[in-house]
Amino acid sequence: MNDIMGEWAFFANQTFNGLSVASILALVAVGLAMSFGLQRVINMAHGEWLMLGGYMAYLAHQVLPLPLYLLAALPLGFVVGALAALLLEVAVIRHLYGRPLETLLATWGVSLILQQAARNAFGPVGVEVAAPTWLAGTIHLGEISLLGEISLPWVRLFVIGLAAAALMGLAAFLRHTTLGLQLRAVSQNREMAASLGIHTRGVDAVAFALGGGLAGLAGAALALIAPVTPTVGQSYIVDAFLVVILGGVGSLGGAALAALLLGLTSATLQGLTSVSLAKVILLFLVVLFLQLRPRGLLPSRTRALEEV
Amino acid sequence: MQRSLVALLLMAVVLTVLPFLVTPYDLSLMGRFLAVGLVALGLVWAWGYAGILSLGQGIFFGLGGYAIAMHLKLSALSPGELPDFMVWNGIEALPWWWAPFRNPAFAMSMAVLLPATLAFTLGILLFRRRVTGVYFSLITQALALAFSTLLISQQGLTGGFNGLTNFASFLGQSFADPIFQRGLYWATALLVLLAIGSSLALRSTHFGLVLRALREGENRTRFLGYDVALYKAAAFSLAGFLAGLGGALFTLHAGVVSPAFVGVQPSIEFVIWTVLGGKESFFGAVLASLLGGFVRDRVSSLFPDLWLYLVGGLFVLVVLLPALRSTYRKGAKGVQGHGRLPQGRRA
Repeated sequence: MNDIMGEWAFFANQTFNGLSVASILALVAVGLAMSFGLQRVINMAHGEWLMLGGYMAYLAHQVLPLPLYLLAALPLGFVVGALAALLLEVAVIRHLYGRPLETLLATWGVSLILQQAARNAFGPVGVEVAAPTWLAGTIHLGEISLLGEISLPWVRLFVIGLAAAALMGLAAFLRHTTLGLQLRAVSQNREMAASLGIHTRGVDAVAFALGGGLAGLAGAALALIAPVTPTVGQSYIVDAFLVVILGGVGSLGGAALAALLLGLTSATLQGLTSVSLAKVILLFLVVLFLQLRPRGLLPSRTRALEEV
Repeated sequence: MQRSLVALLLMAVVLTVLPFLVTPYDLSLMGRFLAVGLVALGLVWAWGYAGILSLGQGIFFGLGGYAIAMHLKLSALSPGELPDFMVWNGIEALPWWWAPFRNPAFAMSMAVLLPATLAFTLGILLFRRRVTGVYFSLITQALALAFSTLLISQQGLTGGFNGLTNFASFLGQSFADPIFQRGLYWATALLVLLAIGSSLALRSTHFGLVLRALREGENRTRFLGYDVALYKAAAFSLAGFLAGLGGALFTLHAGVVSPAFVGVQPSIEFVIWTVLGGKESFFGAVLASLLGGFVRDRVSSLFPDLWLYLVGGLFVLVVLLPALRSTYRKGAKGVQGHGRLPQGRRA
């Protein structure tokens, strides 16, 4: 009986960890889904905004007193991620619209450069950021639940809450602001939006920066639960693209849903097998799923014959 | 066609005499980069001709490499003995799927058949459901990541992070023997020439024409009655075959195969050689792999930190320069210069 309860608790903890990883993944993937849906841009350097956000949290942690640094680190992560994305958009992406595979290669190059730069600036070893004291504890559910000892670290709850808040903020932005409306218009029909007087190039840049900002924010949050290394972005980017494919390219809701699904499935599989085997099985499942729904969970409908 | 033949002959002459002109170290490097050239050649077929960009060629490269490496490991042992890393990992009996690789003919055929079959199966599965373009690229990339993670984690079966190394001999010839090294190089050069030659021939067959047709307009080709998925899977399978061959040869030259050669990063580097060579040029793919390989060797031994900046910059320039050029050309013609729209050209 005890064994079964122990296993339940193990799975519950595993699920909870999966949820916190999924929320980081969702923040990263939504930006990717946005730039893909809107501009048909594959940004392989997107993971590096995550890395930048993480290092911003580290810098804030070095400079500011412990209880408060997080309040500065999160906006800093967002702003730096957004600025870096904007810079990339202006310097490189702008010239490559309509050529997804080319953007993939060019931004991969940018990501290699940024990784090496981070390695030179911060060293090859990961840096750790301690959570502020007000986030240090854990909630023990051992007494109230019948499942056995379940402990939820506050930090992970904070990350989940942050991701949820950021995604809701994004949804509100898209629904209730003029810029959000223009963004949706451009993603549905670029030519029509342009002829209605929407400055599509400006909208592209905003969307790109917004995606970068969300990834930077995710990076600052990630610093709380995992070490930040120069290659941390790379370890997320492939998964994030998988999320975008699974969710239905261009669909933000699909991306969030897929991140959740992928994060939870992967956590469960990791509980059953090993981490690496879980990755392989997960990929197998995704390919199988694409046999059933080649356009993902929530595909955006189109009548176009040729699709990119 | 005439010009290609002359170029092929010229290349044959240069590749044949080179062993007498360069140091043994550089010769071994040449062999490795020629092997990489085969992978790039495969990408010319998949990407340049069929319009499929695979970011997972490392998988096929690795399958070829591991197949040969398993044979090299086993051939050095007497029956009943286990490879050293299996002993260290507490494995007690040789896994059943290792055993047949003791036979060199089996190992060599598996080095190309495994990747070709896997590529075909994967291609048919995805292309039938019209998973194309970017989606396909991203899935192959994820596969490359999964494959390298799997290799690293199954230490007792694959040698884990260190891979398979410490080979003594191949087909009874010692690796230390300079004559064997030279022979290996010539064999590699011969295979590369053969691959280029047969690619040139294949290009002008019906198969080659259909591939180019579907690259230009997949739906039009479909409406003409061609089984597009089948043609694409065949091209992808050809690319897998060549990558497997390249991996096997590379492993023989380098004396090691490890997860470092099969993950996302090497898979994408194969692509850069193809782009640099011009993605429809068989010669270009091989030459770019050769030159790029040497530049990489020299740069990373002199300035270890510089290589990633260099290759990163290369990626950006190779893509950005042609795009900028076409934008300016358009501007000069007075076409409204707001770039290409998403519905424009298919990459």
